[in-house]
Amino acid sequence: MEAVLTWSRLQFALTACFHWLFVPLTIGLLVMIAVMETLYVWRGQEHWKRTAKFWMNVFAINFAVGVASGLILEFEFGTNWSNYSWFVGDIFGAPLAIEGMLAFFMESVFIAVMFFGWDKVSKRFHLTATWLTALGATISALWILVANAWMQSPVGMVFNPDTVRHEMASFWEVLFSPVAMNKFLHTITSCYVLSAVVVIGVCAWFLLKKKEQDMAKRSMLIAAIFGLLGSALVIFTGDKSAQLVAQRQPMKLAAMEGLYDGGYGVGLVAVGVLRPDKKANDVQDPFIAKVQIPDFLSWLCFRDADAFVPGINNILQGGYEAKDKTGHTYITLPVAERIQRGKVAINALAEYTQAGAAGDTLAQRKARAILDNNFEHFGYGYFDKPEQAIPNVALTFYSFHIMVILGGFFVVLFFVVLWLLYKKKVERYRWLLYVFLWSVPLSYLASQSGWIAAEVGRQPWVIQDLMPSMAAISKLELHTVQLTFFIFLFMFTVLLAIELSIMFKQIKKMAK
Amino acid sequence: MVEYWWFIVSLLGAILVFMMFVQGGQTLIYAVGKTEPEQTLVVNTLGRKWELTFTTLATFGGAIFAAFPLFYSTSFGGAYAAWMLLLLCFILQAISYQFRTKVGNILGKRTYEVFLLINGLLGTVLLGVVVGTFFTGAPFSVEKGNLMQLGGSGHLVISSWRSPWLGLEALANPINVALGLAVFFLARTLGLIYFAGYIDNENIITRCRKLLLRNAMLFVLLFVFALVAVLLKDGAAVDATTGKAYMEPYKYLHNLLAMPHVLVLLLLGVVLLLLAIAKVYLYKNAQGRKSHFWLAAFGTACVVLSLLLCAGYNHTAFYPSTYNLQDSLTIYNSSSSPFTLKVMAVASIIIPFVVGYIAYVWHAMSRKKISLEEVEQDEHSY
Repeated sequence: MEAVLTWSRLQFALTACFHWLFVPLTIGLLVMIAVMETLYVWRGQEHWKRTAKFWMNVFAINFAVGVASGLILEFEFGTNWSNYSWFVGDIFGAPLAIEGMLAFFMESVFIAVMFFGWDKVSKRFHLTATWLTALGATISALWILVANAWMQSPVGMVFNPDTVRHEMASFWEVLFSPVAMNKFLHTITSCYVLSAVVVIGVCAWFLLKKKEQDMAKRSMLIAAIFGLLGSALVIFTGDKSAQLVAQRQPMKLAAMEGLYDGGYGVGLVAVGVLRPDKKANDVQDPFIAKVQIPDFLSWLCFRDADAFVPGINNILQGGYEAKDKTGHTYITLPVAERIQRGKVAINALAEYTQAGAAGDTLAQRKARAILDNNFEHFGYGYFDKPEQAIPNVALTFYSFHIMVILGGFFVVLFFVVLWLLYKKKVERYRWLLYVFLWSVPLSYLASQSGWIAAEVGRQPWVIQDLMPSMAAISKLELHTVQLTFFIFLFMFTVLLAIELSIMFKQIKKMAK
Repeated sequence: MVEYWWFIVSLLGAILVFMMFVQGGQTLIYAVGKTEPEQTLVVNTLGRKWELTFTTLATFGGAIFAAFPLFYSTSFGGAYAAWMLLLLCFILQAISYQFRTKVGNILGKRTYEVFLLINGLLGTVLLGVVVGTFFTGAPFSVEKGNLMQLGGSGHLVISSWRSPWLGLEALANPINVALGLAVFFLARTLGLIYFAGYIDNENIITRCRKLLLRNAMLFVLLFVFALVAVLLKDGAAVDATTGKAYMEPYKYLHNLLAMPHVLVLLLLGVVLLLLAIAKVYLYKNAQGRKSHFWLAAFGTACVVLSLLLCAGYNHTAFYPSTYNLQDSLTIYNSSSSPFTLKVMAVASIIIPFVVGYIAYVWHAMSRKKISLEEVEQDEHSY
């Protein structure tokens, strides 16, 4: 079962990462295209129309693959995570369905107008269609991110032992959960940053080739402003995200920072190299080398430079004071204890079901009481040893730091672009243009890293504290999942190659 | 609420089947278009609509997940091979339009046309087969207690598939196969009617009319066979008070008789569809008419809707288990909680609005029929 889990996770990760190669650019680029077209309609300048049309071509190629991989993701919840689909389908499914009704149609209907409607509908209707496509893309991201946020911080539901699943109790709580709102804004604005870097990179190439220089500079200006605004929001929501993770997913935070032994006034590791053979509860320093900002992690997470930040070992051992999401202070339990209580909860559920089948209401009530008392530990009952609660620290740590460092780099990049454009000497520094160009793959690296930190860091949970990934899978043979994994791998590789080939040709064609 | 959501899901299924005219059309590229420009015209006529079909499929999936999660987890996690095949063929579709004529597409134009053909064939047949299993059943078991099996003795998974063929075993049932092929020929028929109504090209329209009769007749034969077989077979009924499932002879026939409005819907659909086919075939004008397509589309939707309602309503298990009858899924035991259904019902109020803007855009975009010249001049054409 362990192997099926690993391969199911690999398959989902592959699909999600592949999907995320295409989606951020479509989300961000659409808004920029809409701005360009607005300038065209507003000022009547043909060159904005041409610029918008060029970027629409780049968008179109990305869109198809994004849509295709998105469909697979949606269905993979059912195909590979069957238990999960039932256990939380009552909550998770609703945002997905609303996404379909509300957003997918908006996007797919108006996209046709955007591409084929130039001569069929009025200028203004076309512009509206472009904005609605952008809006549709953004709203579709909202719903799926709400669903993802709910998995990281489940709220607004009750467990129903009769149906053996979680059921929604408050839609607004699910939708407006702080984690959901923050995740949505953070993700969307990070898409803006990525798109801005891509546009700047492509324009830098045009400038290097001395082709389409006016269009390139125009696009660069829009992108740099857009990217800078995006970055500001990314930083703001990223900061908020740190606080939320510290409160609701302390283990993820500890992994992001490679923090094994926490304490008061903990520093933030700016850069560091982890010791590969470090284990929880051994005495080795987790870092081979690191540069630290003193007290900053405590301040970042709790707005108090002296605050206690638990490390991995502290969480395993328990016994420290923490605040829950309502601000209530409590003493944490050791993970070993939570595992015991989780088993009690699971067994109580089994007894509840059996008593129900036998019609024994008294026994059922008793089992229900035990279940309710221990329910917050339910998911832990599936573990055999506390170490299972630790995610992959190295992957989480490095991906998180790559994201943050590159995010900072992009801010500098946007400022430099703006300054050079203002000084009208952007084409003079050719080496900088190369830097802009090579920042394009870096933006994808940053974006992927962000998701890896978020998703690997929350392991072993599919739903924080309630369902570990091992209890979420479908009953499939190992070779079946391996087969589909390799089919997808092959397919995605070919598609990526074709997509890049077309994209490069398209851009080169423009330069001729 | 549960009934409402079965209706919505059925409606989405019905719309999905008529939107499969895109898939049907994809299998006719070479039959309808004899020269390269004609083939490009045909592809582009479909290319304006493929996203809608695709979106309907995605929404259909989302709605099933949200409204009937136990079906989602059981069927998708179990009939793994069948669903994966379906997904793979839809990936091929999604990229083919965009990549077909682009410079640097590596595989060449023909390959993408073959991809479209594969999607048109597999997509329609598999979908029809899945609908077939609503009547013929599937080999699965559902045991919620599995989730509480600690200690590594058992597996934790609630739904298990009891055939090593992971869904492909459905192809061994003649009713499923007949329904699958019926959907395939129906999609081709609809594709031809769509071409005839929306393309401005005499040669293509003439060819469409010629091809129509053969495809429509094959559809009718297969459909009648499947329908009669379904109506004559035993069906999984559920006792309203005990919730126990049992096999009832002529269950689906009884359902139709017990729900005359569904029967009327079915008959109406069949009549409209046949009428549309006859009209297109007999219409001698050089230009086709868009209204014929809508007649056929509406008829198709009525037929599919009535079949799905017949499968789920009137104390019927819409997904009978051939492994253990008591594990069969009904719209009640597989649905989401009343609260979630209510929330989504409120959200579903926007559906008419969505349909409204789709209709408006569809109309605005096809005011002028698509012609060879337009496709040639359009820099964005596929």
